[in-house]
Amino acid sequence: MSEIQFEIDGKEVNADEGMTILEAAQRAGIFIPTLCHHEKLEPYGGCRVCIVEVEERGWTKLVVSCVYPVQNDIIVRTRSEKVDRIRKTIIELLMAHAPDSPQLVEMAKEYGAVRDRFEKDPSFCIHCGLCVRYCAEVAKKNALGFVDRGINKEISFIPEIAAKECNDCKECFPLCPTSYLQACYVLTEGLAFPSPSFESAQGKNNNTEGNISINSGGGEMTPSTD
Amino acid sequence: MARLKTPEELQNLRQEILSRKDPDNPCISICAGAGCVASGADEVIEAFKNEIEKQNLTTTVDTKGTGCPGFCEWGPVVVIYPKEICYLQVKAEDVPEIVEQSIKGNKVVERLLYEDPATGEKAVKESDISFYKNQERTVLCNNIKIDSKSIDDYLAIGGYSALAKALSKMTDVEVLEEVKKSNLRGRGGAGFPAGRKWEGSRNAPEPIKYVIVNADEGDPGAFMDRALLEGNPHSILEGLIIGGYAINSNEGYFYVRQEYPLAVENINLAIKQAESHGLLGKNILDSGFDFKVFVHQGAGAFVCGESTALMTSLEGKVGEPRPKYTRSNIKGLWNKPSVLNNVETWANVPHIINKGADWFTSVGTENSKGTKIFSLVGKITNTGLVEIPMGMTLKDIIYKIGGGIPDGKKFKAVQTGGPSGGCIPEDKLDLEVGFDELTKAGSMMGSGGMIVMDEDTCMVDVARYFINFLTDESCGKCVPCREGLRQMHRILTNITRGKGKEGDIELLEALSETAVEASLCALGKSAPNPFLSTLRYFRDEYEAHIKEKRCPSLSCKELIAYYIDPSKCQACMICARKCPVEAIDGGKKKIHIVDQEKCTSCGTCLEVCPPRFNAVIKLSGQEIPDPLPEEERMITKKSKK
Repeated sequence: MSEIQFEIDGKEVNADEGMTILEAAQRAGIFIPTLCHHEKLEPYGGCRVCIVEVEERGWTKLVVSCVYPVQNDIIVRTRSEKVDRIRKTIIELLMAHAPDSPQLVEMAKEYGAVRDRFEKDPSFCIHCGLCVRYCAEVAKKNALGFVDRGINKEISFIPEIAAKECNDCKECFPLCPTSYLQACYVLTEGLAFPSPSFESAQGKNNNTEGNISINSGGGEMTPSTD
Repeated sequence: MARLKTPEELQNLRQEILSRKDPDNPCISICAGAGCVASGADEVIEAFKNEIEKQNLTTTVDTKGTGCPGFCEWGPVVVIYPKEICYLQVKAEDVPEIVEQSIKGNKVVERLLYEDPATGEKAVKESDISFYKNQERTVLCNNIKIDSKSIDDYLAIGGYSALAKALSKMTDVEVLEEVKKSNLRGRGGAGFPAGRKWEGSRNAPEPIKYVIVNADEGDPGAFMDRALLEGNPHSILEGLIIGGYAINSNEGYFYVRQEYPLAVENINLAIKQAESHGLLGKNILDSGFDFKVFVHQGAGAFVCGESTALMTSLEGKVGEPRPKYTRSNIKGLWNKPSVLNNVETWANVPHIINKGADWFTSVGTENSKGTKIFSLVGKITNTGLVEIPMGMTLKDIIYKIGGGIPDGKKFKAVQTGGPSGGCIPEDKLDLEVGFDELTKAGSMMGSGGMIVMDEDTCMVDVARYFINFLTDESCGKCVPCREGLRQMHRILTNITRGKGKEGDIELLEALSETAVEASLCALGKSAPNPFLSTLRYFRDEYEAHIKEKRCPSLSCKELIAYYIDPSKCQACMICARKCPVEAIDGGKKKIHIVDQEKCTSCGTCLEVCPPRFNAVIKLSGQEIPDPLPEEERMITKKSKK
């Protein structure tokens, strides 16, 4: 694999071809803030706080470092007035949902983000997708996913899978930057998990059709975030 | 149908189809596009067929439902060839008269002709109507001539001759070079040169490549692609096959939105017909080139018009854009090189191959060649589809083709480029339409939406409307778009409701910067445009809303009040009776007063007040005069002098 040489914040950095700027920076001990990044997961490019400035043949552009592949002779600046301003706005936008998330509070301090700049929508989830992607890519259970889109998008456990898989796993829990995931799980467990009697009845009679139509908790409920 | 094995067989079939018809025999073409069908075209077609049968004319007269010619404002449109007599707003009951006069006789039915509103002159031929006269119709012109469900009709007008030419007389490289030379730029939005896109895919080392039609038209008020898909599906298919040949791809896809059922039906039928004729499949026209096409229906997400989201959706996953920085012509569908072009782009390809790149580049501006279809809608006299040469001014499109603003209102702005385009004000109407020209003016070409707005349109509310649309359509993956738009929509809504605050404009600007610079895909990056372009040209309107709580166009409901001018009110009781919330106090001979507490600003009183009184007025940002004292409200009849 060929070696790529470039510069981050004035420091010469070596990286392997195909690496992202973020990976190269992390290997060189240079910090770039992230929210949706996880080393075991495919880059997602959702939170955009890892945005950096890249200068290439005299042209400067903003790119997100978690997906941008390293190239020879580029100059990367992990901080600039513009980068900081954008990170600040992103943090403020997310604080409208999860104002007390320790990760956000810490980043807010660094970038001077104002906690109450935007009107609150206390849904707590910041849609980093760590839980959903970890469950799909690492745990390979697909016990939860995103439902709906845009501003109505939310995470949702699939009760039939979650009831079987989650209790012994819960590896996604510590990944959540806002603790909303745990709340969502508890709500799903309490409201929508299939009842044990139903499960055992199903075990005895494998011919039963439509195995998700009955549950004890009251219909197909997903926890509402409103 | 036996498969055509060679270009000669295709040519022979064409001759055979043409020989079946006497070109002097009348052909009645009735637009069966979505707009005309909504105005009753199906009944008109039925009536013509019945009448022709009744009069025993079936052997000499051809009757067909065709694609959309674009003059939707005046639908159902009927054109009688070869004389090209064009009848507008035809109803089933007009049919016997038309057949009597224009088919059996040699006359025209005057009352169904187009009348120029300025001169009062009647236009007999389609080409005499100002709406058509000033257009240059290359891609759209065949819509009215062919039954979109008939491959014979398409073959009769020279269909698939470009494919035959490409396969038998040109190498794949020559086809690519011709398209490159034509400087055909993508008609779907970004205007990327199609030839360069094709070349990238062609040169990519992967042996499997794809060509895709982006038929996920989702802009509010846009129906250019729909008209082509429904009206002339073979032209797009032919372009796609030629594209596949040029980049060495053997598989193509149509990504059509489910909301276009007729388009889906016609495309599927076109593919079947092309297959049975040997124009798709193995060894097409003995060239050794194999090609197959599939149709995929999108579920109606605006974001799936974005290239990477479309491909993700085509793979069967949730339609969200990919965060990668690799171009999809190198790594696209299933990570293979994929050329994605818009419907109109593909439909231009057969023309370029047939007539050559030099012909194509003879029309247009320096950097925007050929023609472009726009859907001209909004406050415009002639709503419809227009195809114009690049470089025509906005003024000519709006006034010469569109016939100007109805009801004597003043023009205010034209919004181009779809929801994430921008608004262009009156002093920029001399702008020549082209990709770079529109971008420079703070708008964009987009896929060709053109919404005209008059003086009654509030530009802040326009921005709010489009941001609302984009908020709904954001996929929600990245923060700057999902959260930024949510907040922008909230702030804009507040401003239009009189709850704007100092600093709102700056906050909107900060959110716009974040979305433009940091969003994942083109939808997010361009989403603040409705705000940015209206701020650029109509900043005073924003400031009036925020500082004075005034809506200069008297349109934002919560910033206007209805007031009855006591000197004009004749106490006729009409408004008092019609008011749905009983907010008008008054009686016979007692001057009416609007109770501002009860009034919901619905505007009914203004609508019903007789024009000769004209007593109801809208006020915004100013004190409402105190109501007349009770004792002065009685109207005493003045004696005639």
